[in-house]
Amino acid sequence: MQHVEPSIPKAGQPGPRASALSRFFDSDLWYSFTRSKVTMLAGFVTLLYALGALLAPWIAPNDPYDLTKLTLWNSNLPPMWLAQGNPEFPLGTDDQGRCVLSTILYGLRISLGVGISAVAISGVIGIALGLISGYVGGRLDAIIMRIADVQLAFPAILIALFVDGTLRGMFPNAAREASAFWILVIALTLAFWVQYARTVRGSTIVEKNREYVQAARVIGLSSFTIMRRHVLPNVLGPVLVIATINLGLAVLTEATLSFLGVGFPPTEPSLGAMIQIGSRFLFSGEWWITLFPGIALAVLVLAINMLGDWLRDALNPKLR
Amino acid sequence: MRGFAKAFAGAVLAAGLVLGSGAQANNFRMGFQGNLNTLDPYTINETFTVAFLGNVYEGLTRRAPNLDIIPGLAERWEILEGARLWRFHLRRGVTFAGGEPFTADDVLFSAARVRGETSDLRARIPNGAEFVKVDDFTVDVRLPAPNPILISDWDTWLIMSKTWAERNSATEAVSSRATQPGFSTLNANGTGPFVVQSHQPGVRTVLAPNPRWWNDANKQHNLTQVTFTPILNDATRVAALLSGEVDWIDPVPVQDMDRVNANPTTQVLAGPETRTIYLGFDQRRDTLLAPAEIPPAPAGAAARTSTNPFKDVRVRRALYQAIDVNLIVQRVMRGQARASALMIDPNLFARHGAEFQRFPLDVAAAERLLDEAGYPRIAAFRNNSRFSVGMDCPNDRYVNDAAICQAVIAMLARVGVHITPIIQPRAQYFAKILAGGGYNTNFYLLGWTPGTNDSHNVLLQLHGCRDDRGSGGVGVANVGGYCSQAVDALTTRILSEANPVVRDGLIRDAFVISQNQDVSHIPLHQQALAWGVNRRVTMAQRPDNVFMFYHVMMR
Amino acid sequence: MLAFIIRRLLQSFFVIMAVGLLAFTLFRFVGDPVNQLVGQDTSVEDRERLRTALGLNDAVPVQFVRYMWRAVQLDFGLSYQFKQPVMQLIAERFPATFELALVALFLALAIGIPMGVYTGLYRDSWLSKTFLATSLVGISLPTFFIGILLIFVFAVQLKMLPSFGRGQVVDLGFWNTGFLSRSGWLAVIMPAITLGLFQMTLIMRLVRAEMMEILRMDFIKFARARGLKNRAVHFGHALKNTMVPVITITGLQFGSIIAFAIITETVFQWPGMGLLFLRGVQTVDIPIMAAYLMLIGVLFVIINLIVDLLYFAVDPRIRSAAKATG
Repeated sequence: MQHVEPSIPKAGQPGPRASALSRFFDSDLWYSFTRSKVTMLAGFVTLLYALGALLAPWIAPNDPYDLTKLTLWNSNLPPMWLAQGNPEFPLGTDDQGRCVLSTILYGLRISLGVGISAVAISGVIGIALGLISGYVGGRLDAIIMRIADVQLAFPAILIALFVDGTLRGMFPNAAREASAFWILVIALTLAFWVQYARTVRGSTIVEKNREYVQAARVIGLSSFTIMRRHVLPNVLGPVLVIATINLGLAVLTEATLSFLGVGFPPTEPSLGAMIQIGSRFLFSGEWWITLFPGIALAVLVLAINMLGDWLRDALNPKLR
Repeated sequence: MRGFAKAFAGAVLAAGLVLGSGAQANNFRMGFQGNLNTLDPYTINETFTVAFLGNVYEGLTRRAPNLDIIPGLAERWEILEGARLWRFHLRRGVTFAGGEPFTADDVLFSAARVRGETSDLRARIPNGAEFVKVDDFTVDVRLPAPNPILISDWDTWLIMSKTWAERNSATEAVSSRATQPGFSTLNANGTGPFVVQSHQPGVRTVLAPNPRWWNDANKQHNLTQVTFTPILNDATRVAALLSGEVDWIDPVPVQDMDRVNANPTTQVLAGPETRTIYLGFDQRRDTLLAPAEIPPAPAGAAARTSTNPFKDVRVRRALYQAIDVNLIVQRVMRGQARASALMIDPNLFARHGAEFQRFPLDVAAAERLLDEAGYPRIAAFRNNSRFSVGMDCPNDRYVNDAAICQAVIAMLARVGVHITPIIQPRAQYFAKILAGGGYNTNFYLLGWTPGTNDSHNVLLQLHGCRDDRGSGGVGVANVGGYCSQAVDALTTRILSEANPVVRDGLIRDAFVISQNQDVSHIPLHQQALAWGVNRRVTMAQRPDNVFMFYHVMMR
Repeated sequence: MLAFIIRRLLQSFFVIMAVGLLAFTLFRFVGDPVNQLVGQDTSVEDRERLRTALGLNDAVPVQFVRYMWRAVQLDFGLSYQFKQPVMQLIAERFPATFELALVALFLALAIGIPMGVYTGLYRDSWLSKTFLATSLVGISLPTFFIGILLIFVFAVQLKMLPSFGRGQVVDLGFWNTGFLSRSGWLAVIMPAITLGLFQMTLIMRLVRAEMMEILRMDFIKFARARGLKNRAVHFGHALKNTMVPVITITGLQFGSIIAFAIITETVFQWPGMGLLFLRGVQTVDIPIMAAYLMLIGVLFVIINLIVDLLYFAVDPRIRSAAKATG
């Protein structure tokens, strides 16, 4: 969605011969994690959200997506501690009588699901294209990078508007529940892969010309092996940072798209859709419909970003 | 008394002049949810655009705040030869803003222009009508068949100057298919109480009073300027009214009405609107479209009449009785609507309120009817449902449209009818469900305002038998394809029946068949008009949502 | 060098063609423009005639070639809704978006850089932590939500700032500006904050990271060793060296700001290109959508080209790589 390359650590050092996994979880990283209370809190909060999303069907007080249980008689109830509040709906209800707390939990499943899928898919595509582009160079590099240019012209929001419109034009009868998830994942993937590709390509070009890679080539190692063993480990740090930032962005973008009318159907609101629905009731005093999902979203993105911050500093060798 | 009124008016005028020369100019600032895209009154047949331009241009007739037809550019008219000939006597001494005198030539010119290939308002004048200039101030309209309601929508057929149009090559309406910009898109020259001072489409339009208006001596407004700004976002529009940056907004979201009324400087002007919101079913196709799923009848179930459940009147009636329209009115519309038993507003058909009642809410009866029609609940199907069908719904066209659909979906879920919502912005929505999209829907929510303010329009357009493509103008908006020869026969008789009592009887008969016997549609409600106004503004509100600035006073 | 530039120009040309193709084909399938142009009760025959007149019944490649040929001449056709040349509409709306973007960017830089410098210099001070935390809150809420909250507080409750529009606009003939009136300046404050908040956070964190890196470099240590004052070291040497990436990013952000103005302009009814575009999407106004996309595409390609050339001039490694791969 936004351009963040230069704020991530530059991977310029020769790669250690350790595997990617052990580099991720080496003791330095763990040590810096345990040293900062804020980071630990952020990690704890993120974990809590993930659990809440995973266990929503078991821990949510109501099933907000079950239409047979919804009734307008319960609409616009305030949180339970206010007059007319109902303990059945701890954080109140929205205009259709949906429990706000349950919708937050169920909506998190969608929001995080979209975010994680988009980040994972775009990461794989972006790293692969970046490695190929940087290592092979030449015409292939030019083509990939020009596609990346085209891509940068279209932020996730624009892409989502296109993808959504195109699919709707082609399958006018498709239920939105089924398509909304993939529309968002596709739009975000298309928007995110460029950052990975550009970062990885940049590092790859630098690595490629170093003596040890030249040496590896001389002793007959295949390109694939060289890329995997020597180039990949060096770029995983920045990639992880980008992934974290993008996860926060994905959740935010989903909310924004709900505002522009692209997103999940109102019968199965995501976290962002809930904020959008509630923002219409801000002036009328039914603040709980938008405020609680808004806080939930802000805390989640905040926690993810703090983890990203910590990762960036911890993985930057110059700052250690 | 009259003398007093005159003196009073004089005093008000003097006060106005004093204030006008001082700080307080009466600039009426409007915030509306849509754009004003064109100044050509024949480009698009859309309520807002035509209504706004009705302040700059005028028709042969006008409508009073209570919707009575009153003289406009025609001072009076006669209905001759059993409504086959209408004679209009035009107002003398009227000039267009550009100085051109208004004569019969302008009426003939405007008739030709509005019937032209490029006009979107062609339906204003019936086929075969012939305009004849008797003298400079008399025009005859000769009709092939009697038509007692000829002028019912002529208040929005606005008269243009022939001289002006010819001078500026604007003799044809700027159409939707125009590939060259037209002069009349950005320029206007009417006889009305206001003139366009500046117009930037989608940004701002400024009107000023027309000092040469023929009725200026009796004007009921004290405005020195009208500034129109589109404000598309609901919250921003309400904020602009609350903070005093605009004097009028339309619409006020129903949930914000209390807030607007609680604010010391603003209030909501709410009144009934003639638009009826209703649900319709596909009664034409034999097989429903995706994503509908009709599971085969289990053993022991009653026999079905068709593979399309909506072809069975029992199913239609079951859905009708499963929907608690009063709850929708109370909660979703927050009381700003009135439940309706017919497809037309009671104000437009006198026998509606007295003789027609809604089927009562009865969930048990609905379940029984569905069982009888051969659609029992099936435990393994979508959590104990009967059948599943998609529902098309707009989310930016009517007041709380998507919220109404959601409520309906939840109510139908309780009698075992599973609905998949297909909720879209109006561009895609209309493209899909109307004639252009091949009526691509099985179940939908729509709203309808009869342009003629008359039941005939409703019976013809929403109930008339149509073919697959809606050609010929009959039943073009009959999305579900309801068809009854009896209703069609009555509709034809209604058009030419001149006796109002007989006519109302025929209309009643038609609605008894379509609504009470056939359950052709599920009428829900007439939504309320909701204008937010600053308390220093007094204005008349018309149920057809047309607003006239000459009814606006500002303090 | 010249060969490199020519090659990049050629590539840019193909990129723009690709953007055009993309924009054109995508929009060809969004909804049906005809329904937007006529009333609900227009017959099928009339609709069909309209389709033919608009060229919507021609073969798609024919429509594309026709479209691109006109686009080259800056002719994007007439807007379906406004019956005005699209280029004229965009030209009318561009100043609004440009001024909004300019103020937003200025705010982002004027607040983001000092905050970045401070947090970079004093990593562990409580003020730094406060800056960092508040800036994170700014990017943790959706833009539209921040805008509505601002309106609620400053327009409705405090009645300090206007909730919509550009205020008094002065027409200079070739450009209309809100910078020459008090109301114009008041009107731009909230939209610019809404739009610039994200960029501000980005710039602050970028400057902070760069500062922290540069302060560890040898030349800074030498400067200190030479006895230079802290102020001279920080602003004379360190900050100056952080500026290159900041300028690059700012350049790249400017295009994305214009794209993101869609949301801000919708919330504040700011009469710019973004509002025009969103309205175009809602009403399936294909000429507006396509022209807007082409514009954004061309803008990005130009900025990218400049940045690439800058890198080429600055970084000898890339130059040698370009030579090596031919």
